[in-house]
Amino acid sequence: MDVRSQVSMVFHLDKCIGCHTCSVACKNIWTDRKGAEYMWWNNVETKPGTGYPTKWEDQTIYRGGWQKENGKVTLKGAGKRRGLTNIFYNPNLPVIDDYYEPFTYKYLDLIEAPEGDDQPTARPVSLITGEPIDIKMGPNWDDDLSGTPDFARNDPNFQNLSAAEQEVMFQLEKMAFFYLPRICNHCLNPACVASCPSGAIYKRGEDGVVLINQEVCRAWRMCVTACPYKKSYYNWHTGKSEKCILCFPRLEAGLAPACMHSCVGRIRYLGVLLYDASKIEDVVHDDEKNLINRHMDIILDPFDEKVIRAAKMNGVADSTIHAAQNSPVYKYVKEWKLALPLHAEFRTLPMLFYVPPLLPVMATLKQVDNTEQADKMNPIAKYWDDNWLYDTSTAELWGTLDQVRFPLKYLANMLSAGNEDMIKDKWKKLMAVRIHRRRVTVGDISNEKADEVLRDAGLTAEQADGVFYLTALAKFEDRFVIPPAHREQAIEMMDFTGDAKGEIGFGIKSKVKRGL
Amino acid sequence: MNILDNFFLIALPYIALAVFLVGSIYRYTYKGFQLSSLSSQFLEGRRLFYGSVPFHWGVIFLFTGHLIAFLFPRSVLAWNSQPVRLMILEITAFVFGISMLIGLVNLLIRRYTTPRLKYVTNKMDFVVYALLITQTFVGLWIAYNFRWGSSWFSSLLTPYLYSIFTLQPDTSAVVLLPWTVKLHIILAFTIIGIIPFSRLIHFLVPPINYIWRPYQQVKWYWDKRKVRSPRTPWTLQRPKNN
Repeated sequence: MDVRSQVSMVFHLDKCIGCHTCSVACKNIWTDRKGAEYMWWNNVETKPGTGYPTKWEDQTIYRGGWQKENGKVTLKGAGKRRGLTNIFYNPNLPVIDDYYEPFTYKYLDLIEAPEGDDQPTARPVSLITGEPIDIKMGPNWDDDLSGTPDFARNDPNFQNLSAAEQEVMFQLEKMAFFYLPRICNHCLNPACVASCPSGAIYKRGEDGVVLINQEVCRAWRMCVTACPYKKSYYNWHTGKSEKCILCFPRLEAGLAPACMHSCVGRIRYLGVLLYDASKIEDVVHDDEKNLINRHMDIILDPFDEKVIRAAKMNGVADSTIHAAQNSPVYKYVKEWKLALPLHAEFRTLPMLFYVPPLLPVMATLKQVDNTEQADKMNPIAKYWDDNWLYDTSTAELWGTLDQVRFPLKYLANMLSAGNEDMIKDKWKKLMAVRIHRRRVTVGDISNEKADEVLRDAGLTAEQADGVFYLTALAKFEDRFVIPPAHREQAIEMMDFTGDAKGEIGFGIKSKVKRGL
Repeated sequence: MNILDNFFLIALPYIALAVFLVGSIYRYTYKGFQLSSLSSQFLEGRRLFYGSVPFHWGVIFLFTGHLIAFLFPRSVLAWNSQPVRLMILEITAFVFGISMLIGLVNLLIRRYTTPRLKYVTNKMDFVVYALLITQTFVGLWIAYNFRWGSSWFSSLLTPYLYSIFTLQPDTSAVVLLPWTVKLHIILAFTIIGIIPFSRLIHFLVPPINYIWRPYQQVKWYWDKRKVRSPRTPWTLQRPKNN
């Protein structure tokens, strides 16, 4: 057993309101630099939709992640042979138009335009060339546009859904969507690290943050191809790749990453997970249907005496073990088994987990007879003559699970490598918590029924209360349990953090200048 | 003429080599951030193929060829002792030379006709293109007009280059060569001299290490086992990665 600690995350998709505050917070701190304008280390996508960069999930285009061939797991579009022979021209590299051409507006024209009959306008200009452009794409161009032919219908997660199943999702009155916020997953088997020919990318042993050394990166651009989540970006100005750093300067100072700190919906949780690094290789080689369960298995119980002893032997600090015991991520992922990794089939073992969205997925539209109700009313009373009702009732307990507005398969393709039962299991739990809390707060559900639901979902009443607390009431300290960085032992984890804006952003003292 | 010959065939090589050595080591050591291949594929990813690929494979073959003729002249002469083998070597090298020239011209056209690339192009890039295209053209010219270069390189130029590197410059054979060959030598040393000041520097950092390194890399800021041991003294020295 080789116990290591990883700063890990859970995003609760039911709570995401799609406000992009996380993206803006991240952009303001890290990527408002020349060459990085197009990068969104954190971005929020509407699902179903094509995402950013366009159709990033479709690995027949971008060839990211790992693939298992004849029992061997290799990088799909990079690796030693493919990477080095394609080094002069990478056939699978997304270009800027796959993301979008960064732009700004000529705001000064609004002020300096000469007096005239027309309102002055601020024309969009490219941030690369400075020339006026027609904006064709943006990082959240498909925001709330689920159901549109250009975006939702091109979602790669529809691959193995029948035409009828897809059609259900696109009927206007039945259409549903949710938001998918994405940052770097800081994987246990990172494809970007494996693909980097110059060895500039590495995973930090202490907390598992995956970083690119800006001094060693030589722009061979294989990481951009290899990352199946397209979370490694090429800075076209400096000729270096950059990626989400999980705000490690903030983490080391005990602060939550900017995207998590600023989250309006409070959907983000961050905490330590202890895992067994010696089993990673074994897990990665397992069959696709076992991947998620095996992934969960190598996450260790921080209360287990044996695990604690092995962790201490490995040099994991007591404070880190303590953080792991209080970790909200451990609760969601292991204790309640509510969260799933995104696209486990890429075999990178992502350490960012998502609680699948329950609503509005669970809600259906039910036709009701309103005549009786209308008869009771005062003749001058105003009432809705709409006889469609937005229905989230649970009269038949799990009855609604099979009539959800989202085909289960769609979510399963995204979050459970195609395993529909796994999604159903999470939904049951989420629903059970709601039923249980309704019993407690409203009291119109019988104890027998609520207990039956909880038993069926595999939760105790205490656990359900725990889920409720962490989901609905959790305070800042509950959502972010950040282990101390122990600078007194590390002396300094990096040489210098006090860099100025407009420079590279992290770990570099000198003025940032593009090479000749 | 003698002064000029001495300058271009003795002084220039030494200046170029000194600048190359000092400049490259300085840039590698202190300007790591400015050491990059500066790929522009992200801004233009289609036409690059027809430039970058033929150029790079061409230059790799030809550079290695020149290097082998310098390091192992006798082996090259032995290989060339049979006309068929000589023909094969010369024709292959010429084809790679053509491929390099085509690649370079494609790259030049691409760089100066794609609007976006204007913003990632500096004056040094033009100097590099000009030098490389001239050098490739002169090389092909020599290969065509003064046949069997692989043989006379090994017997004429290798001793000259050897004399340069052993600090006993001897230009007696080289001064008699046609001016095109001299130009090829001068351009070669000029290109070596501008390596630290141009994007050419990326050829010094090929990712060879990738071939044998394990795929995954984990770095520790301190020795995790040692740091927990009560016997480890607190030290001001920064521990090395383990």
